[in-house]
Amino acid sequence: MKPIESFELPAPSKVNYMNAQYGLKSWLLTKDHKRIALLYLGSITFFFFIGGIYALLIRLELLTPQGDFLASTTYNKVFTQHGIIMIFFFLIPSIPATLGNFLIPMMIGAKDLAFPRINLLSWYIYLLGGVITIYALLAGGVDTGWTFYTPFSTTFSNSYVVATGVGIFINGFSSILTGLNFIVTIHTMRAPGMTWFRMPLFCWSHYATSLIMILGTPVIAITVLLLAFERVARVGIFDPALGGDPVLFQHLFWFYSHPAVYIMVLPAMGVVSELIANFSRKNIFGYSFVAFSSLAIAVFGFLVWGHHLFVTPQSVYAGMIFSFLSFAVAIPSAIKVFNWTATLYKSSISYDTPMLYGLGFIGLFTVGGMTGLFLASLAVDVHVSDTYFIVAHFHYIMVGGALMAYLGGLHYWWPKITGRLYPEGWGRFGALVIYVGFNLTFLPQFVAGYLGMPRRYHAYPPEFQVFNVLSTAGASILGFGMLIPAVYFVWSMRYGKHAEANPWHLPGLEWRTQSPPPTENFETTPIVTWDAYEFAPREETEVVGKFSGHEEPA
Amino acid sequence: MQGWIPLIPESASTFSWKVDALYFYLSGVTLFFTLLISATLIFFIIRYRRRTPYEIPRPVAGSHKLETVWTIIPFVIAMTFFGWGAVVYFEQYKPPQNAIEVYVVGKQWMWKLQHATGQREINQLHVPVGRKVKLIMTSEDVIHDVFIPAFRTKADAVPGRYTVLWFEATKAGTYHLFCAEYCGMNHSGMVGSVIVMEPRDFDNWLSGNTGTATPAAAGQQLYQTLGCASCHGANGEGGRGPTLAGLFGRQTPLASGGSVIADEAYLRESIINPQAKLVAGFGPIMPTFQGQVSEDQLVQLLAFIKSLQVSSGSGALPATAASPSPAAAPAQAPSPTRNIR
Repeated sequence: MKPIESFELPAPSKVNYMNAQYGLKSWLLTKDHKRIALLYLGSITFFFFIGGIYALLIRLELLTPQGDFLASTTYNKVFTQHGIIMIFFFLIPSIPATLGNFLIPMMIGAKDLAFPRINLLSWYIYLLGGVITIYALLAGGVDTGWTFYTPFSTTFSNSYVVATGVGIFINGFSSILTGLNFIVTIHTMRAPGMTWFRMPLFCWSHYATSLIMILGTPVIAITVLLLAFERVARVGIFDPALGGDPVLFQHLFWFYSHPAVYIMVLPAMGVVSELIANFSRKNIFGYSFVAFSSLAIAVFGFLVWGHHLFVTPQSVYAGMIFSFLSFAVAIPSAIKVFNWTATLYKSSISYDTPMLYGLGFIGLFTVGGMTGLFLASLAVDVHVSDTYFIVAHFHYIMVGGALMAYLGGLHYWWPKITGRLYPEGWGRFGALVIYVGFNLTFLPQFVAGYLGMPRRYHAYPPEFQVFNVLSTAGASILGFGMLIPAVYFVWSMRYGKHAEANPWHLPGLEWRTQSPPPTENFETTPIVTWDAYEFAPREETEVVGKFSGHEEPA
Repeated sequence: MQGWIPLIPESASTFSWKVDALYFYLSGVTLFFTLLISATLIFFIIRYRRRTPYEIPRPVAGSHKLETVWTIIPFVIAMTFFGWGAVVYFEQYKPPQNAIEVYVVGKQWMWKLQHATGQREINQLHVPVGRKVKLIMTSEDVIHDVFIPAFRTKADAVPGRYTVLWFEATKAGTYHLFCAEYCGMNHSGMVGSVIVMEPRDFDNWLSGNTGTATPAAAGQQLYQTLGCASCHGANGEGGRGPTLAGLFGRQTPLASGGSVIADEAYLRESIINPQAKLVAGFGPIMPTFQGQVSEDQLVQLLAFIKSLQVSSGSGALPATAASPSPAAAPAQAPSPTRNIR
């Protein structure tokens, strides 16, 4: 068979989006989606490291059962701010605003997003929200937990709740604008021949994510606004002392914040579909099932918020309905895992760093998803609610899932984004360290949680120490592992080998232009005559009549 | 079952083994599939590793048959998780009849508990083995949550509402009582213990801790002091205000049409905000008692109202009864909910 060596690649040009214009102004006023992606990349990395430092402070405090490292008020602020920074300022924008921003136009053969100015605006809004939140943290911090439960947040907390809320409120608009931009772009800007079912699955998952962004984010904005009204003007909405209902807040909060989990994990699934297909040189098994499962997750994801309220005075019958729907939403995720696994059958798997992250994602996401079934199951959830079991579960989804995929995607597209290669050996080493560190951090927490260790505890009974020591050891390895890619990415921007247009030898549109791409992405608008992941001619397609499927549940 | 590092907490209630059984079922099934997927992945990763740099595998078309199989099988298995979980959950939150009642008020950062027989405790709860215990919980400030890992149960204590948590202890011993809902500065200090005693020891403990009025007796006192008696009658027989005797748990017609079951939440609301749900046939003449009665006092008033029975006629107060609830089954709230609103 022929290698996918030779598409018609443009003659290498010295001019690309990075050096087309010089000067700070050319970056701060850019309308190029690729430059905006880099602006986002810089800012979310900044927030990621702040959030990471908070995480290490948490783990240091929990090394011993006594609350002896931080004061309890400080500890409460530290875990609150870890959550707020990581969720609103890192995970939610991470893949969409950087990789999505950079790649969606390139993958569909467009010159830019549909609304380049709105794209730039979204970054400034993000930055404004971030600056206000940082101000709140520096001024004194916030101690409500990232969940802002009422009436603690509206009446009893003496911290900077409103300032933080304003930061989150503003930040939400950047999310809405990004989602809007992606939807319009995917609808209207596809190159000739780029039909919906020829799009890479990355685009499908971002389309689904965008739907959640524009439909869900306004709800959290309203909720935060109501919270601020009650706190400032003492309007009774949530505090029963003022005639409000504290559980109403939880309904509103989770109506956004559960779908927000899918804002974090759907783009990750999109990245993983790219990694699995491209690094095994195989078309995704059940393309349309994987594509539609993203949409199914986006829709069903809005109907399961009540599973966060199984131990509140929510009615028992409502609890049962939410439990049922939560099991239902698990199915599309399972379908994806099965299809990724089936894709690898009779494929040609490379062990490059991005694939290591992609395969790691499948393993960790499976653990996260499976433990999610425990939580959807009512009686078990009652016992493990608000314990470290929950903490472990959502870190498997958000770190093991979203962050792993983000890192995998960053490695995969690094040559395209920067025109440089990262050092492959260090890449694999870093992936391994992160994988080990992550599991050592969070696996013990499942056990500690079932044993009854409550979350958000500054001090804890001594019998839980063994698990916390393991976690802290793991977190140290994880923290060290994160520094490895941070160092070599920065190093490679100056010293890395120059990347060719298509260093991985892949058929995707983004690889059919120079690295880094020119400002206009393509010299001429491409005309698409092939399917996504079409490595070999379609005539050679094998129909799996007898294929029995090793992962078929027996 | 427990090795060097325990994997499950102590089991000390009738729920423990039910939750654990489901937990083991979930663990077994999910572990099996996780290992199956991992083994398949690892096998593929090794078997189909890239052998020559330019090899291109043959593309494979999808299979509707396989997709159907791996949609339906996980769904069916998930439904067994759902059904089992729902059955046990229903039982956990179905308040039992004739349970020992303990009133629980959470506040930053302590638990105040009072037995129906009058004994008060702070951050400690003494209960006997083999009897159902019902905690009627509320909070003075923020949301708290009673969590007893050895009993495999927890429920939020929410300001402005009454929630119910019940259990039946099976093994004497001392167990953790945690606040599981983050409640501010000293959240991790809002811990205590549940002390499960053999019934005889418990009776001894009860008799050694008398001297405090029962909540119902204290409520009767308050009922007089606050002037409730002038409208509702000295023994709750009614007057300008609705009859209170025998009211608890009964369907009550409202002036606005419809009706409401007079549970704890409704009675509480009617004291704090009397105009919210007026009883049919009565005018909006009752003043609000918001800010004038504490959560503790509200609980006592409720205990008193619950103790008033129609049949007693004279209004004799069963101040020493273990359970102030009317024994008659129809007088209990029929719906098995924590929240009837």
